[in-house]
Amino acid sequence: MGRLARAGPALGSAALTGAVRLLLVPRWRGRTGADSDPAAPARWEVVTVDRPPEQVLPDGRWPEPLRRLDGAVEVRVRAAPGDRGTELAARPLAGATPPAGLAAHLVGDDPGLLVRRTLRQVKQRVEAGEVLRADRSALDRPEVHG
Amino acid sequence: MRALCWVAADELAVREVPDPELRNERDVIVRVRRSATCGGDLPLLAGRDPLLRTGDVLGAEFLGEVVEVGPGVRRHRTGDRVVVGTSVACGGCWYCRQGLHSCCDNAHADPASVDPDWGRSDAGCFGRPRAAGGFAGGHAEYVRVPYADVGAFRVPDAVDDDRALFAADAAPTGWLAAELGAVRPGDVVAIWGAGAVGQLTARAAVLRGASRVLVVDRHEDRLRMAERHSGAEPLDYRRTDVAAELRDRSGGRGPDVCVVAVGAPPPDRFGGRSADRPDARREAVHACRKGGVVVVLGAADGFVDAFPLGTVTDRRLTLRGARRPDLRDVPMLLDRMARDELCTEHLATHRLPLEHGPQGYELFRDRADGCVRAVFTP
Ligand SMILES: [Zn+2]
Ligand SMILES: [Zn+2]
Repeated sequence: MGRLARAGPALGSAALTGAVRLLLVPRWRGRTGADSDPAAPARWEVVTVDRPPEQVLPDGRWPEPLRRLDGAVEVRVRAAPGDRGTELAARPLAGATPPAGLAAHLVGDDPGLLVRRTLRQVKQRVEAGEVLRADRSALDRPEVHG
Repeated sequence: MRALCWVAADELAVREVPDPELRNERDVIVRVRRSATCGGDLPLLAGRDPLLRTGDVLGAEFLGEVVEVGPGVRRHRTGDRVVVGTSVACGGCWYCRQGLHSCCDNAHADPASVDPDWGRSDAGCFGRPRAAGGFAGGHAEYVRVPYADVGAFRVPDAVDDDRALFAADAAPTGWLAAELGAVRPGDVVAIWGAGAVGQLTARAAVLRGASRVLVVDRHEDRLRMAERHSGAEPLDYRRTDVAAELRDRSGGRGPDVCVVAVGAPPPDRFGGRSADRPDARREAVHACRKGGVVVVLGAADGFVDAFPLGTVTDRRLTLRGARRPDLRDVPMLLDRMARDELCTEHLATHRLPLEHGPQGYELFRDRADGCVRAVFTP
């Protein structure tokens, strides 16, 4: 079920056709992964993006910034029920070596956190056109540190 | 620039802070002309938000003039006079496209870091800076407004600042309450709380054709104001048997729609849940007619014990809630303001320079000196 877009940023147009076909497959099996078993595959993190799959994965390529996690996560895509766009899921690949600089995030207490953040950014870029940044507060600004 | 900052529980100060800057393409910078106190600020003021930090700029409701425009902004230009909705919302997610801006998926600056239910964070809000959401408030000389095409609204020339300011939050919240209650012509509507939101709920109910609107409070000045400006009938719960009055004035049926607009619970010095606060909610549920709608507004206590659920099922009541309004009604409300159908300036009982912000909040918090809302001018 739902073997889609496994490792590799470029799906290519043939793969996308496959992707779109696979989107018709009903739900992937419920939650996988068990918190207590370190050998079990990680839990899927999933976000719903309110746009059709071809806008979420233009030209069949993983969207930025998900592409940066290539080789470290696997990704699944399917059409959301009820015209709600696309369900985009990712989880850390067991035994994969994360890209340099990201390793710590993928092996910490919550390896899903980086994946969640990344999916969230994909969603923001597709739906809102930009990743919203917080205000800089006085405490963040070197010029006002006393 | 100068801004009204949170310092510690029950302590505010006007301080010099760095000017805001454009951080995203869809941002504008607004030079503030007016900002108002908001009931939602009181739990922050009391120090009940653990994410608030010393130096955070408060102020969810404001109006001003656009002075800087990001390259992704389409609807605004420098010089526009705008009122800004309290909710920061992207306009492009599923919730925004349904008009549910207060549920926006994309307007918390770092939801994954603060929200274990990461798919369920609500919209951003001004005056909830840093960890509490990411956006500084309008009690300042300047504010950054993200997604300005969605949340900032040009104010018609016919509407002055003092009136339009209430289109940021109180008026759309009142309108939403009447809408959630599905108020129809001929309805009897009861509202608990005669603050700005309660009064504007009363006005919305009248504009939607309610035949009778009753407002329950214990502050004489607020009740008189509700009577004078929205045509509501005042009920002072210290002097009247509210349940009996509501029954009598609705032909023995009970109000068709009951709205609880009593605001955030007062700070609880003893660390427990405020035991006195749910009374209005219980009273509303008990008063409502069979098949009626109870609408609960505002920052809730989280959990409320002794809630009369049995009455909800026995009487087939509908219970609805909202903490913050959406943005979709703001242009319509500004139009009504321009036609004098909706007047709000009387709610600004105290107008002060921003320097007097701490005193303004004290008046507002204690409902002292007849204060309904304090409005600041930088
Ligand atoms: Zn407010
Ligand atoms: Zn949105």
